[in-house]
Amino acid sequence: MSGPNSDYDPVEVTPLRADEVEAMRDAALAAIEAAADLEALKQARLDHAGDRSPLALANREIGALPPQARKEAGKRVGQARGAVNQALAARLAVLEAEHEERMLAEERVDVTLPTDRRPRGARHPITTMSERIADVFVAMGWEVAEGPQVEAEWLNFDALNLGPDHPARTMQDTFWLEPAEAALVLRTHTSPVQARTMLTREPPIYVVCPGRVYRTDEIDATHSPVFHQVEGLVIDRGITMAHLKGSLDHFATAMFGEGITTRFRPSYFPFTEPSAEVDLVCFVCRGTGTADGGAQSCRTCRGEGWIEWGGCGVVNPRVLVACGVDPETWTGFAFGMGIDRTLMFRHGVEDMRDVFEGDVRFAQPFGVEI
Amino acid sequence: MRAPVSWIKEYVALPDDVTTEELARRLTMLGLKLESLTSPADSITGPLVVGRVLSVEAETHKNGKTVNWCTVDVADANGTGEPQGIVCGAHNFAAGDLVVVCLPGAVLPGNFEIAARKTYGHVSAGMICSARELGLGEDHDGIIVLPSDAGEPGDDAFAVLDLHDAVIEFEINPDRAYALSLRGIAREAATAFDVPFSDPAERDLPTYGEGHPVVVDDPEGCPVFVARTVTGFDPTAPTPDWMARRLTQAGMRPISLGVDVSNYVMLELGQPNHAYDRDRLSGPIRVRRAEPGERLTTLDGVRRTLTAEDLLIADDSGPIGLAGVMGGEHTELTGTSTEIVVEAAHFDPVTIFRGQRRHKLPSEASKRFERGVDPELPARAADRVAELLVRLGGGSAEGRTVVGEAPPRRRIVAALDLPARITGIEITAETTVEHLERVGCEVTVEGDRLTAVVPPWRPDLTDPYDLVEEVARVVGYDRVPSVLPTAPAGRGLTPEQKLRRRVGLTLAGAGFTETVSYPFVGAADWADLGLAESDERRRTLRMANPLNAEEPELTSTLLPGVLRALGRNVGRGASDVALFESGLVFLPSGEEAAPILGVEGRPTAEEWAAIEKAVPFQPLHLAVALAGRRERAGWWGEGRAASWADAIDAVREVAEALGIEIETSAASVAPWHPGRCAEVRVGGQVLGHAGELHPKVCAAFGLPARSAAAEIDLDALLQHAVTVTPAPRFSTYPVAKEDVALVVDAEVQAAAVEAALREGAGELLESVRLFDVYVGDQVGAGRKSLAFALRFRAPDRTLGEGEAAAARDAAVARAAEQCGAVQR
Repeated sequence: MSGPNSDYDPVEVTPLRADEVEAMRDAALAAIEAAADLEALKQARLDHAGDRSPLALANREIGALPPQARKEAGKRVGQARGAVNQALAARLAVLEAEHEERMLAEERVDVTLPTDRRPRGARHPITTMSERIADVFVAMGWEVAEGPQVEAEWLNFDALNLGPDHPARTMQDTFWLEPAEAALVLRTHTSPVQARTMLTREPPIYVVCPGRVYRTDEIDATHSPVFHQVEGLVIDRGITMAHLKGSLDHFATAMFGEGITTRFRPSYFPFTEPSAEVDLVCFVCRGTGTADGGAQSCRTCRGEGWIEWGGCGVVNPRVLVACGVDPETWTGFAFGMGIDRTLMFRHGVEDMRDVFEGDVRFAQPFGVEI
Repeated sequence: MRAPVSWIKEYVALPDDVTTEELARRLTMLGLKLESLTSPADSITGPLVVGRVLSVEAETHKNGKTVNWCTVDVADANGTGEPQGIVCGAHNFAAGDLVVVCLPGAVLPGNFEIAARKTYGHVSAGMICSARELGLGEDHDGIIVLPSDAGEPGDDAFAVLDLHDAVIEFEINPDRAYALSLRGIAREAATAFDVPFSDPAERDLPTYGEGHPVVVDDPEGCPVFVARTVTGFDPTAPTPDWMARRLTQAGMRPISLGVDVSNYVMLELGQPNHAYDRDRLSGPIRVRRAEPGERLTTLDGVRRTLTAEDLLIADDSGPIGLAGVMGGEHTELTGTSTEIVVEAAHFDPVTIFRGQRRHKLPSEASKRFERGVDPELPARAADRVAELLVRLGGGSAEGRTVVGEAPPRRRIVAALDLPARITGIEITAETTVEHLERVGCEVTVEGDRLTAVVPPWRPDLTDPYDLVEEVARVVGYDRVPSVLPTAPAGRGLTPEQKLRRRVGLTLAGAGFTETVSYPFVGAADWADLGLAESDERRRTLRMANPLNAEEPELTSTLLPGVLRALGRNVGRGASDVALFESGLVFLPSGEEAAPILGVEGRPTAEEWAAIEKAVPFQPLHLAVALAGRRERAGWWGEGRAASWADAIDAVREVAEALGIEIETSAASVAPWHPGRCAEVRVGGQVLGHAGELHPKVCAAFGLPARSAAAEIDLDALLQHAVTVTPAPRFSTYPVAKEDVALVVDAEVQAAAVEAALREGAGELLESVRLFDVYVGDQVGAGRKSLAFALRFRAPDRTLGEGEAAAARDAAVARAAEQCGAVQR
């Protein structure tokens, strides 16, 4: 720095000369522009916008200028610093964007890798089917009734008009418990729940009862000593077979879709009179009995157009009497369908053994079906 | 019941345009369900034609066999009109006979393809058929020789032989015993098409002199007994083809004329009957109950010991038949029997049912008697048997003994509008009366009530509602309208039912797969589980008639089923398996003696209580079982092996889904590892156990080492479920965290230390969580270090300097006092 000068022109002080300031600014802008990465930009900031950068030093000189010169110099340096800061911010944004892009690119993974660290669980389709059936009826205001599986002989048979010497008792091959005097059986149907319900509730009664039942059948592709039924029972004033038909038609449609209704055929059950077998319009061929546009016969219903679904009827007044319901006031209907059977034809289960063996590959595809 | 359509048509004038399929369909809709529909033609494809034998040359060949080289005129059926050359091994025909010829290209039953082939030095262009080759019977002694007027050469033999005569097999419900006869089926066909029916049982019953003497000691067991005598019968007379054919079609094997006539009449009328060799009878036929210990060899060759309940046919020599079930060997017709006593009787259904069951001897006769046979039939059936025997086997029908008489016909009084009221179909009074008459009732109407006199072949009709079914099925079940009943507002699922669903969803969501197992168990299961002889779970209910003698018990635990399923999955190659099952277990009370109550009215409170007490306790249990890894191995690493902790956590997860907190403590219970088994409790009540399985149990069930399982009483758990959750209160002031490491003896349970910390920490404690366990040199042998994270917070302020530290110190002091804990 020179010594005092008589013709001192503050405007002409070297660092504050317009061209000097411009040079500083240009150098800074060039360095910023040249910074290839965030590290280089950091250095450029230190060099050209830091405390010891030429523009910072020049800024400090402004105070030493005579008042009349400060304004001009301040403006000139301020503009230069502003331009540099702006350039720094712009460059920083660019470099940060580039950096992030590169980083994200480097962090790319193969999202098709397996992610199933924990094996998936599944409920058993018998369970979900039972619940689905119950829900159809609960939605109509019915309730779900339950009963024990080891049942009193009287409730499984006698109360249901199956007296001790009824031939139908041998049709239901019964597991008897020891000793014979215990008069206990593994229930052969869910119908004892009918009797229990009538004995423990006041009519009107609208209940459905899915549950496990037992018969002495050896297991094969279509039989099992343990299987599942759903029982329905309605006791009310003025109940007719038409209400039975209406309920089963609704049930069929809810389970198998629009247009799938039922047909009644005369049959025999001691606990109902009149009694009927229930057939379902085959939901695969929709009653035509054919497949492939008529070229073949439908496999699901074996060409009959109908699938046997279960049994039903008007509750026999003898059952009402045994269960303490006055048949002069009340009438009712009852039905029973095989859940396993429904599962078999609704889902194409080919072997009953699959249902009971517990192989996870059977239940898995049903997942947490509701 | 198999019914040939031609036989049905003998009694009912069906419209000509009714196909067999339509007949079967209409009968099905009346309640006789079609099982199968078959005809011999189904298994034969043509050409099958009538031929006239032109020449027969017998040729004896080197193998000693004599065959006939024949030429047969089949007219143009072979396309040439030239005689057909056929080699035939049978000898029961001659030139000029009409025979059945199967031409090359035909396929006979058994997929037997007929082609022209070289045999015995000739080209045999087809085959002359026997009855057996066409599936018409067992007769293979010769070829079929047609009557000379049967047809002309070249005629289609399907028509001549009536090969299209279909047989409909019906499934007969137990209430429709009458349909176990052609008489009954034809009557239903007449009802179905509303056409006249000619009853084969309707016949004159002329009076004859007394036949073989009969004494009925038990008129309740045997209300009617008819014996008809036939003498001079030719025991060598053959059964005619038509009868043999019908028996075969109906599924019975022709045996001898005497037996065949008996069976034929049973099929025709539905009345079982029996023929005795009169020369082998000693003294009168007597119907009585057996003396206990009496013996009888039945027709099946089995020597049976009788009980006082058995109803017998006997003579002076002792038992000669089990009434209504099976005849005895000694008095059966033989190849030399010429003197015959025909029995046709009516027996009490219950007696027959019990006898058949007692001797495990269901027969065609017992099947009909136990379901109810027309009690007015015996004399008619006996006459019919005698008539056929004499007609086909010669001799003469002699006297007839009749003891007892059919009970009076039953009368049912019912409201005239009952069918309409119960079926929901619009049925007029006229229709009701007309339809009841169509099924055989005699109906009178008085005011709004009708009285129906039930026909004797319908013992199943006893109640007014039975009449409703008769009217409904004739009207047609397809006319029942479809009307939804309106239930009163329901309460939906019960809380227990909802919670049970949540349990399943929770476990499925946690990676467990549900299984459904049989509850049948036996000694092997208890041994495999390693249960001590005194273990409560060995006290079980037993079945009197198990399917498998090795598994006669009803299970008291779900573990055998779920562990077998686990083993099965592992055996089939699955490595990481987690299963769950919920189901009832069966616990004897020792007071199982259920009363058999009456059915005339509601049981009294005492009676109902007795039933409820006698039915064993059957709580719903839940079991889980895991083998292999809980988290799989993969690109992320080794995965994590399932352990005792996963079994406990499954229970914990279920409990938490129900809003229940469980407590655990060490237990030593089979089938678990004695050092890795937790007792699971809620509010002090023990609900079950969880942990790692004993190594021996793993081996017994084919499971990998360290497999784990849990079983709890789910019903009991559900009792603790929170139904109304109180809203939580929580502070928004800052939390103060304090970690402590406490060294305790290795035996001290973490839960005890945690409980002590909780107690000691006071009200400011928000939570405590064990986050590390260290065992090693730094804490010394037999010791372990437990690290807990404690969080403190006040509801109303920021905790002051030292408040959290003071609470922590108090907690540690309590742990020191109760568990001997030393802070590291």
